[in-house]
Amino acid sequence: MENNLLFYILLLPTLAAILVVILPTTNKNKIRWVAFGSSLIPFLLSILLWFQFDQTQPGFQFETFLPWFSAIGSSFHFGVDGISLPMVLLTTILTPLAILASYGIKDQVKAYMALFLFLETGVLGVFISLDLLVFFLFWEIGLIPMYFLINQWGGAKRNYAALKFILVTMAGSLGLLLSIQIVGITTGSFDLVKIYQLWPTLTEANFQKAIPLGLSLTSVKTIAFWAFVLAFAIKVPIWPVHTWLPDAHTEAPTAGSMILAGVLLKLGAYGFIRLVIPFFPVEANRYAGALAVLATAAIIFGALAAFAQKDLKRLVAYSSINHMGFVVLGIAAAAFAWQSTDNGVIESATIALNGSILQMFNHGLTSAGMFFLVGVIYDRTHTRQLDELGGLWPILPRYGAIFVFTAMAALGLPGLNGFVSEFLVVRGAWGIFPLATALSMIGLFFTGVYILKAIAGVLHGPRNDRWLAIPEISNREVWVIAPLMVLMLWIGIWPASILNLINHAVNFFF
Amino acid sequence: MNYELITWLIPLAPLLAFFIIFLVTYKNNRLSHSLAIGSAFISWLLSMIIIIFAVTNQEVIEKGISSSISWLPTAETWLKIGVQVDALTTITLFFVSWTILMIFIYSVGYHNFGQPEGDHDRPGLPPHGAEIIDQEGKHQHVPSIEPMYARFFGFFGLFAFAMYLLVVSNNLLTLYIGWEIMGLCSYLLIGFWYAKPSAKAAAQKAFLTTRIGDVFMLIGLAALYTITGSLQYEVIFSEDVIHNLATTISPVLGLSWAGLIGLLIFMGVVGKSSQFPLHNWLPDAMEGPTPVSAMIHAATMVSAGVYLAIRFFPVLSAGWDGGASITTPMLVMAVIGSFTALFSATIAVAQRDVKRVLAYSTISQLGFMIAALGVGAYVAAAFHLVTHAIFKALLFLGSGSIIHGMEHGVLHTQEHIDPQDMYNMGGLYKKMPITFATFVIGGFALAGFPFITAGFWSKDEILSGAFNGGFSIVFWVLAISAFITAFYTMRQISLVFLGKARTEAAKHAHETPNTMTVPLIVLSFFAITIGWVGIPEYFPVIGGLLPNWLETFLGTMLPGEHVVVEHHSSIPLITSLVVSLGGLFLGGLLYRRITETDKDPLEWSLSGFYKVLANKYYVDEFYQFVFIRPAEWVSEKIVYQLFDQKIFDGFLHGIGKISIWLGEKFRYWFDLPVINRGGDKLASGTRKIGTNLKVTQSGRIQDYMILALAFSLLGGFIFYLILF
Repeated sequence: MENNLLFYILLLPTLAAILVVILPTTNKNKIRWVAFGSSLIPFLLSILLWFQFDQTQPGFQFETFLPWFSAIGSSFHFGVDGISLPMVLLTTILTPLAILASYGIKDQVKAYMALFLFLETGVLGVFISLDLLVFFLFWEIGLIPMYFLINQWGGAKRNYAALKFILVTMAGSLGLLLSIQIVGITTGSFDLVKIYQLWPTLTEANFQKAIPLGLSLTSVKTIAFWAFVLAFAIKVPIWPVHTWLPDAHTEAPTAGSMILAGVLLKLGAYGFIRLVIPFFPVEANRYAGALAVLATAAIIFGALAAFAQKDLKRLVAYSSINHMGFVVLGIAAAAFAWQSTDNGVIESATIALNGSILQMFNHGLTSAGMFFLVGVIYDRTHTRQLDELGGLWPILPRYGAIFVFTAMAALGLPGLNGFVSEFLVVRGAWGIFPLATALSMIGLFFTGVYILKAIAGVLHGPRNDRWLAIPEISNREVWVIAPLMVLMLWIGIWPASILNLINHAVNFFF
Repeated sequence: MNYELITWLIPLAPLLAFFIIFLVTYKNNRLSHSLAIGSAFISWLLSMIIIIFAVTNQEVIEKGISSSISWLPTAETWLKIGVQVDALTTITLFFVSWTILMIFIYSVGYHNFGQPEGDHDRPGLPPHGAEIIDQEGKHQHVPSIEPMYARFFGFFGLFAFAMYLLVVSNNLLTLYIGWEIMGLCSYLLIGFWYAKPSAKAAAQKAFLTTRIGDVFMLIGLAALYTITGSLQYEVIFSEDVIHNLATTISPVLGLSWAGLIGLLIFMGVVGKSSQFPLHNWLPDAMEGPTPVSAMIHAATMVSAGVYLAIRFFPVLSAGWDGGASITTPMLVMAVIGSFTALFSATIAVAQRDVKRVLAYSTISQLGFMIAALGVGAYVAAAFHLVTHAIFKALLFLGSGSIIHGMEHGVLHTQEHIDPQDMYNMGGLYKKMPITFATFVIGGFALAGFPFITAGFWSKDEILSGAFNGGFSIVFWVLAISAFITAFYTMRQISLVFLGKARTEAAKHAHETPNTMTVPLIVLSFFAITIGWVGIPEYFPVIGGLLPNWLETFLGTMLPGEHVVVEHHSSIPLITSLVVSLGGLFLGGLLYRRITETDKDPLEWSLSGFYKVLANKYYVDEFYQFVFIRPAEWVSEKIVYQLFDQKIFDGFLHGIGKISIWLGEKFRYWFDLPVINRGGDKLASGTRKIGTNLKVTQSGRIQDYMILALAFSLLGGFIFYLILF
C-alpha cells in the first residue's frame, strides 16, 4: 500500500495543536470545538487505514520514508502491521473522547488542548515508527505534554505526582537511549526492518569492529536487553516498578488519566512486543519465567492494592496494574515460545499474544471509561472518597447504569470485551506457565472484589441526601462514554472483528 | 422448519427485551413488562417446538440438532461456538422455559402492578405501601408499586437470556458466558433493593462466593482447551478424547487429566449450585424480591450448576467402569453432595423465616443431585433436577404469595412485625386457599410424598441408585436427610397454614391476585405429573403401566453400554416411604397447634444445639474470621502500605533523598567553598591586588622611568642568573 496516510495521521494533531495556539484566547468554546473537531480527522483517517489494511500480507504496510539523519543511518520510516494498527486506532479513538471529556477545564484552555493534541502525535509516533531513533524521539515527546498536563491541571498532590512520573520514566529512557545507540552502532543502521535481520544474527567478529571497549557480544547484548526491559517495564508498569502509576493517574486531570491509562501504558507493552522479543530472542526466552512471575505478582498485588484503596480514583488506577499484568503474562508466554519448534507451545503462545494485544486494546477502552466516570462524579461532588459517596444510584440512575456496565467490562464479565482477552491469555499462558496462570486466578478473583467495592461504594446504599442536588450525567458526557460502551459490547460479542487482524499479525510474528 | 435456527433464536428474545427496556421503554411500566413477558413467551414457544420435535423423533435425539460458527481466531484454527439440542438439553429446556415464563407472569402481581405509587417509596427500597382515600372517604393503606418496576423486568430479561444461552450451548465457552452473566444478574437482582445494607452485602456475597468457583472453572476450561484443542461437546466428550484424558497423568497429586479437569470444573458447580463449603451465599440471596429467589433457586443459577455437572459427567466419570470403584471427582461429588444434603437439611429445621427454610432445602436437594452423580446415578440426578426445579419454583412463588398476603395484613393493621417470620403466621389456609393448596402440593413433592408427587419418584431413584450401586453410607446419609426434609416441610406448612392465626396481620392476610395464583396452579400441575415420566419398570404394582420414558430418553446421552443394575432391592423403596411419611407425620404432630406463646419444640428438645443450627453452624462467622478479615488486612497493611508505600516508594524516595543529599554536599563542599567562594576570592583578590598596585599608577613620568629602570635591572639580573 503506497500512500502517505500514516504521515497525515501522525502530523495532523500537531498541526491542529498549532492552529489551537493561534486562535484567540477569549473564545474558549471555539478552542474546544476546534480541538475536538480536528482530533476527529486522524480518527477518520485511521478508520480508513483499518479498512485499507490487508490482513493477509506479512510485514509492514503504508510505509512512508523520509530521510533524516542519513549520516548515522536514521530516517523517518513509518509503517503499521496488525500489532500496531489496533494501537493507532485506540489512540485516535481516545484522543477526541478525552478532549470532549475536558470541556469542564476552564483554566488556560488553549495550552491544555494544544498539549493534548501534541501528545497524540507523540504517542502515534511511537506506534508507527520503524526507526529506533525516531521511536525514541517520539517516546520522549509523549512524556513532556503529560508532565505538564499533570503538573498544571492536576489534583492536590500534582507536583509530587508529575515529578515522580517524569523522573521514573526518564530513568528508564536513559537506558533505552543507551541500548538504542548500541544497537545502532553495531548494526550500522537504526532502521527496524534491517535490524530485525542483522542484530540477532550478529557475530563476534563483526561486532568487535564496532564496539571499541573490548566487551564481549554476550555482555553487550545482556546490557542492551536489560536496558530495554527496564524502560518498558517502567512504562507498562510491571510490578514492582509501578508505584509512579497510582500517583500520576490519581492526580492527573480526568482526560489525562484517560489517555495515560488508555494509551500511554500500552507503549511499554508495545515496546516488549516490537523490540524486546524480536531483538533478544535468546535472552527473552531465558528470562520469560521471571517475567511471568512478575506478571502474576502484578495481577495479584495490583488487585489486592486496589481493594485496599479508599479513594475511588486510586482504586481504578491500581486496577490498571492488575489488568496490565495479564498483558505481560501473555507477552511472557510469547517470549518463552519464540522460535520454539513445538507446535503446541507455538499455538499456546500465539493465543497468549493474541490475548495480550487484545487486552491492551480492551484495557484502553475500559480504563479510559472508568477514569472518565470517576471524573464525572468528582466534577459534581469534589470528592473521590468512597466513604463520602454511596447511595448515588437513586439520584443518578442513568449514570449508575453506565457505571455498572463499564465496571463489569473492567471486571472481565463474559459478553463484554475484557473476558475475551483474559480468556485468551489464560488459555495461552496455561500451556506454558501453568503455575503462574493458576496463581493469577487469585488476582482475577480479587478483580471482582474491588470492582464490587467500587460499585457498592459509589452507587449502593440508602439514598445519599447530601448529594441530592447534583445533576445527572449530561448529554456531552454520555457522548464520551457511549462509543466506548459500544466497543466494549461489540468486542465482547464479536471479537473476531478485531482479533482476526491481530491473529494474522501474530501468526507472522512467530 | 429450520430447527437449528429456532435453537439459535431461543435465547435472543429475552436479550432483545433487556436492551429495549433499558434503552427505550424504561419509563413505561406496562410496555416494559409486556416486552419481558412477551419475550419469555416467545422463548417458551420456541422451546416447546424444539422439545416436541426432539421427543417425537428418535433419530434427532441420537444425532442431535447442532450448528456452529467460528468465533475466535486462534493461530491456524478457530474456536467454534454454537447451539445443540440433545436429550439433556431437551429436558432442561422444558423446566427452564416453563418456570421462567411462570415467574415472569408472577412478578407482575408481586410488584403490585396497577397499584398507586407510594408516597415515601424510593428506588432501592421495597415499596412501603400507599395511602389512598376510598369511595367512602376513608383513608386506606394499600400496597404500592415497585419504584424500579421496569428495571426489574429488564434484569429478568438478561437473566433468562443467560440461562437459555447456557442450556442450548454446544460448547463450554458459551456455557461459561451464560454462567457468568447469570452471576451478574443474581448480583443485580439480589441487590435489587440496594439501599438495604443486608441486600447490598448479600449481593456481593453471592457474586464473590460463586466467583471463587468460577476462577477454578476457568482454569479447568483452559486446561481442557489446551489438551483437546476445543471446547465443543462433540469433541471433548468423544470417546477418544475421554480415553486420552483418563489415561494421561497430570502433574497434580497423580490425578489423571480427566480427574484434575473434572475437579476444577466441579469447583464451579460447587459455587454455582451452592454446595458446601461455598453454600453460604444462597440463603442470603433471599434479600432479593421473591421472584428472584424463585429464579435463582429453580429456573436458573443453581440448576445451571447441576446441569453442568450432568453435562460434564463423561469427563467426571472418565475411567469408571460402572462398578463400585468410582473416579476421584465422583468420590468428591458423592462426599460433598451427601454431606451438603444432610448439613443444610439440619439448618433448615431451625429457621423461622419462611424463605430461609426453602433456601436451605434447595441446598440440601442440590446435594442429593450431586451425590447421585457421584454414585453414578446419572438419570436420577437429571430427573431430580427437573422435578426439583418445578416444585421449588412453586414453593418459592408460594412463599412470595404468603409474604404478599401477610404484607397486605401488615399494611392493614399497621403492626410492626416481620411478615416473613413463620411464627407470625398460622391459620392462613382459610385466608389464602389457592396458595395453601398449591404450597402443600409443592411441599409434599419436596418431602417425597409417595406415588402422587414428582419428588417421590426422583428421590426414590436417587436412593435406589445409591443403594443398588453399593454406596451404603451415601444411601443412609441421604435417607436421613430425606427424613429431615419431610419433617421441616411439614413444620413449615403447619406453622404457616395450620392452627390459629398468631398475629393480627395473619388474621387480615389476603389471597393474592390472579397473576400470582395462576402460575402457582400451572406449576403445581407439573409438580405432580412430571414424576410419571420416570417410574421404573421394576416398581411393584404400577411399574410398567407407564413406560419409563426418561430412562430411555436420557440413556442416549451416555456413551457406550448403559449399565443396568439387575438386582432390585425393596429396601430403598421402603426407606423412601418411611422417611417421607414419618417426617411429615412428625412435623405435623409437633407444629400443628403452636400458639403465640409456645417456643419451638426443637428449642427445648435440642437445647444448646438449636442455637448452633439457628446460626447455621457459625460458618459465616468462621469465614469472616479466617478469610475475609485476613484478606482485608493483607491487602491494606501488607500489599499497599508495606510493599507499595514503604518498600517501593521508600526506595524511590530514598534515591531522591540520596540525590538531594549528594546535591547538598556538592553545594556545601565543592560548589560553595570552591566555585562560589573561590570565585568571590578571585574577584576580591584581583581587586585587592589592583588596589595595592594602584599606587604605582601615579601618572608621573618620573615614577614610570624609575619602575622601568628597576625592572630592567631586575630582568638583567635574572637573565644573568639564568645564563650563568
